[in-house]
Amino acid sequence: MLPFLTKRLFQGLIVLFALFTITFFLAKAMPGEPFTTEKNVSESIKENMRKKFGLDQPVLKQYGRRLANFATGDFGISPRKNRPVLEIIAQSFPASLVLGLGGLVVAVGIGIPMGIVSAIRRNGWIDHGAMAFAMIGICVPAFVIGPLLQSGVAMRLDFLKVAGWDQPIDILLPAITLGLGTAAYLARLTRSGMLEILSQDFIRTARAKGVPTGQIIVRHALRGGLLPSVAFLGPAFAYLISGSFVVETLFQVPGMGQHFVNAAIDRDEFLLLGVVMFYGFLIVVMNLAADVVQALLNPRVRLSETAAAD
Amino acid sequence: MTHPKLDRSFEKGASLGRDAWLRLRKNRLAVASMVVLIAMFALCFIVAGWFPDPNAQNLTNKFASPSAGHWFGTDHLGRDLLSRVLFGGQVSLLVGLVATAVALTIGIVYGSISGYASTRIDDFMMRAVDILYAIPFLVLVILLKVVIAGEMDVLSARMTTDWGWDADFVGRFANIVPLFLAIGALGWLTLARITRAQVQDIRRREFVEAAVSLGLGRLRILFRHIIPNTLGTAIVYTTLTMPGFIMFEATLSYLGLGIEAPNSSWGILIKEGANYMETQPRLLVIPALFFSITLFALNFLGDGLRDALDPKASKD
Repeated sequence: MLPFLTKRLFQGLIVLFALFTITFFLAKAMPGEPFTTEKNVSESIKENMRKKFGLDQPVLKQYGRRLANFATGDFGISPRKNRPVLEIIAQSFPASLVLGLGGLVVAVGIGIPMGIVSAIRRNGWIDHGAMAFAMIGICVPAFVIGPLLQSGVAMRLDFLKVAGWDQPIDILLPAITLGLGTAAYLARLTRSGMLEILSQDFIRTARAKGVPTGQIIVRHALRGGLLPSVAFLGPAFAYLISGSFVVETLFQVPGMGQHFVNAAIDRDEFLLLGVVMFYGFLIVVMNLAADVVQALLNPRVRLSETAAAD
Repeated sequence: MTHPKLDRSFEKGASLGRDAWLRLRKNRLAVASMVVLIAMFALCFIVAGWFPDPNAQNLTNKFASPSAGHWFGTDHLGRDLLSRVLFGGQVSLLVGLVATAVALTIGIVYGSISGYASTRIDDFMMRAVDILYAIPFLVLVILLKVVIAGEMDVLSARMTTDWGWDADFVGRFANIVPLFLAIGALGWLTLARITRAQVQDIRRREFVEAAVSLGLGRLRILFRHIIPNTLGTAIVYTTLTMPGFIMFEATLSYLGLGIEAPNSSWGILIKEGANYMETQPRLLVIPALFFSITLFALNFLGDGLRDALDPKASKD
């Protein structure tokens, strides 16, 4: 297990390094600079601003210095907002995290049971209904589901607001909007995983021995059948946190999405790099966690990966 | 005496493609999807030409209900919704096609080189793909789009001044192309992996050995004998990635980072429609329906093609 972990950890560091490099040079290649859209700023003030943020130095030198700063956890200061990037992230991340968790609960709560039941009742009407639902979840984007929920549900129920982020109940509609697509993928994934396990010999043996169906599902099939879904959960959670721009905009959730979009529009490369690196870090950690859980659940993965890592 | 009807399909022998076609034909959902897609393309690219200008405003006729003159009614600027949906569909479908073509080209070339090269080069190329996989896709596409758009501004200035192209056309062109390229340039990863696996399988077959023993060059073998054999699988996965790309364009446009006026796409129409959903739900629902039906059809066709070409990989 340990060589497996160190190998994955090392890979994660390489990913973060590559992400930093790509993002840095893309940000440098973007036209304009953080100060270009400010009105009535004289050239000498801009010059001083550039000096203050180190933008007057050669690009490679900037790259080296910023990389070193990031390695020590120094995310720098956003020239546009005039605040430390980490402070901006710390202020907006909780909302994104809570929304992402809500979305995950919706996705797991709907997707996995639906996939299991579909697999058990294969080709029955429950299966067809569930898979039709999954297709809808995949093909109807969040920015259609969101407005439909707002006008169809929130306008009719007093305790739900169309948008806003003040009371705990406000999380309900955004979480549903965010989680539905992932629920659909999970349902399909769980169904095919369960079907594969249910067709294997050891399940047939158990049936032949007269084990009741419920017990076969719970004791024998779930562990293997849920593997693909578990492997998917790590990246999915990272996606739910980092990919919720649209839902955050729709429901006016004060999360990180707005900062990313604005940073790209404002050419605020400091904030942009900070937000991207933070997302990247989350994704790496989530993938690592998914790998570990998968290895714990599946002895075959554990053994082969350990052997490969030696 | 009656003969059982002869099944003449056997006489032609069963090539892989023919076999797959016979299986696909039995999948009613996939066939229906194909018909829907052909109809959708015909509507957006041919029939649309007979409809009025999608940007023609008529402020005295705002929010008109569906009528003989405007089948789907008009929007907040009095523009005909049907023609906006059809012209918007052009951009959405083009994103799917062009971005897919870009992704397909990069993915197949990269994947087949990786699969055909020495183990060391292969390892390096696949690690690079692993790294790119772990990077937030949306974030990179947005960045890349902004960068390409910057370059595009320089190019489009030359197009209008030096080459004398129509400014309106160049403006539209310069707005759409960066998005196509950015999505395609980052969407090839899965295709590269699949192609690599295929190439590794095919390079060990006898016909490749025969080509080697005939003294053909490596590149010639790769491009003439191996890559054509990977195309079937690649096309299946293309059908399955296309809806993702279309969705992507819509999301970016929805965020205000994609297509801009005077261009429009289904994403833009949905965004505009969402503003008036309480009073005029049709402005949201109609574009959303066109959008979702296309995505449904692409997904069902992709699933059907996969089952037909590779019965073992079937989901059930």
